[in-house]
Amino acid sequence: MKDDAGLNRGRRTLIIASACAGSAAAVATAVPFAASMLPSDRAKALGAPVEADISQLAPGEKMTVEWRGQPVWIVHRTPEMLEGVKKDEDKVADPKSERKKDELTPEYARNEYRSIKPEYLVVVGICTHLGCSPQDRLKAGPEPFASDWAGGFYCPCHGSLFDLAGRVYKNKPAPDNLRVPPHTFLAEGKILIGEDKKGA
Amino acid sequence: MAAAEKQPVTITGAGPLNGVMSGLLTWVDQRFPLMESWRSHMSEYYAPKNFNFWYYFGSLALFVLVLQIVTGIFLTMNYKPDAAQAFASVEYIMREVPWGWWIRYMHSTGASFFFICVYLHMFRGLLYGSYRKPRELVWIFGMLVFLCLMAEAFFGYLLPWGQMSYWGAQVIVNLFGAIPLIGPDLAIWIRGDYVVSDATLNRFFAFHVIAVPLVLLALVGAHVLALHEVGSNNPDGVEIKNAKDPKTGIPLDSVPFHPYYTVKDTFGVAVFLIIFSIVVFFAPEMGGYFLEANNFIAADPLKTPLHIAPVWYFTPYYSILRATTDDFVLWVLAPGVIAFAALIVWSVKNTAIRGAVGAIAAVLLLGFFALDAKVWGVVLMGVSVMIFFLLPWLDRSPVKSIRYKGRITKVAIAAFVVAFFVLGYLGTQAVTSGRTVLAQVGTAIYFLFFFLMPWWSKMDKTTREPHRVTGK
Repeated sequence: MKDDAGLNRGRRTLIIASACAGSAAAVATAVPFAASMLPSDRAKALGAPVEADISQLAPGEKMTVEWRGQPVWIVHRTPEMLEGVKKDEDKVADPKSERKKDELTPEYARNEYRSIKPEYLVVVGICTHLGCSPQDRLKAGPEPFASDWAGGFYCPCHGSLFDLAGRVYKNKPAPDNLRVPPHTFLAEGKILIGEDKKGA
Repeated sequence: MAAAEKQPVTITGAGPLNGVMSGLLTWVDQRFPLMESWRSHMSEYYAPKNFNFWYYFGSLALFVLVLQIVTGIFLTMNYKPDAAQAFASVEYIMREVPWGWWIRYMHSTGASFFFICVYLHMFRGLLYGSYRKPRELVWIFGMLVFLCLMAEAFFGYLLPWGQMSYWGAQVIVNLFGAIPLIGPDLAIWIRGDYVVSDATLNRFFAFHVIAVPLVLLALVGAHVLALHEVGSNNPDGVEIKNAKDPKTGIPLDSVPFHPYYTVKDTFGVAVFLIIFSIVVFFAPEMGGYFLEANNFIAADPLKTPLHIAPVWYFTPYYSILRATTDDFVLWVLAPGVIAFAALIVWSVKNTAIRGAVGAIAAVLLLGFFALDAKVWGVVLMGVSVMIFFLLPWLDRSPVKSIRYKGRITKVAIAAFVVAFFVLGYLGTQAVTSGRTVLAQVGTAIYFLFFFLMPWWSKMDKTTREPHRVTGK
């Protein structure tokens, strides 16, 4: 059926309709392909909690355990180190761990030392900037990046600094404190990383 | 011309097989546009006669592309895209596969030479205004090739599964994680896992050997087709099509690409291969710039190397990323946006544009306070690459070539080149507060070059272009 301008309107409507249907089908087909790139069931299952034995961890030392493919640090802080954390209060960007607290700091770690027991710091050793693993600069003393360093961690990739409570220094590329993973103290000398205490 | 109407192909000159060859070519030509393609792209593609040294790098880049594809195919015969085996399989190629070391070093050196050629090729475009009308699409296709090349290099760098591979991929994938709202999920989708893992390696292999090369080849084809449609620019930046032989319609200042430039480019390839071979045989690591020392250590997800840096061709952009701190956003970026918006409002009379510029500036300023400096670092890094797309419209000089541009252009290009090199060098180094300040100055110059180009390119005192190209 042609109109005055010689245009077959019915046919054109059908062309538009089939083009739309075809595009919808193409988009729908793209979904499974895109979804196939999401983490597989196996990758998801590998997130089980891990146990760490801290009975041999001497004061002032750090150990690393792997949880979900990421390094988790456990630092046995000495009283001097805890003093240093207190002193850092005005140098760090988020001293009270208020930013993104549900994601970064579980309720039981929302305190001055970001820990359940003051002497044991448990954090994911992945910089919140772009995911490098910062290095230990646990001892206080002058460092190339800070003359009055109170101890903490230095990220080699982009120069972010964290104190011994995993709190990020002001005006550094990393926006947030290091993440405190869900964890709980088991019987004497053991920590379970990846799971909170039930009901706590 | 319909195939049946085509003239038979005749090969002139004396030769015992000319009759057979002519018959064969005629048979093919009646079924496939062989001679037509040969003529339109080679023997009757008329290129300006005044190409100089800078015009080697397009054909050299094409040569390196072929080299990468050929060496890459042979590498896949022994490489294993599996986190447990990848590192060892590369060492196996290096030590036990006959000539494996040679093929692998050609591939790794080729990656760096690819970028050298492409950067020089782009710089040529900048010097002679090769992106200007009517070659905007040539430039845009070229930029898309450049982006593909960056993706190709990035995916390829993970494959040896060394420490730099691993942590480099970790950092770059996390760049996407900085995008507000969708970022973290996007990063997981790219990795296929919560950390860079076997799943990531496997898919990067797929992208590196199949997906990106296919797109890259198609884009290179489009780049050359667009070029042959409009014709090549030249060091004088004047159109050779403006002066044609009235009888033949062939530009007077041109020579056919074949044999003139095929021979020239063959010479270029010979010189290139000498330099390339010196590197492959005597300095394949190039002092840590082409292959980084840390990549000879297998990937360790628990330990970042003491010093991590991308390969040299990414370091200018990486420096820009690192230079973007809270202070930089507050004291440079925010005032910069205000000043730039004021400059546009001052020079444009159109009310709609003025309003739009004001609105965009306001949104950006709000964003500077609402979002982390990390996000803006990623944004600036992205913009520092993408801004090249806009060159055809940023350059408002009445002439194309630097030969007829004035002092402002020369100073601006020199400042840009210095900033690019300084940023590139800083990106290979560890951060200190002094270097951060230097990188911030470099970043400012880098962006001023582009953002102020519409003004300085117009203000510059140019000389008159000749009517015809210069040179014999």
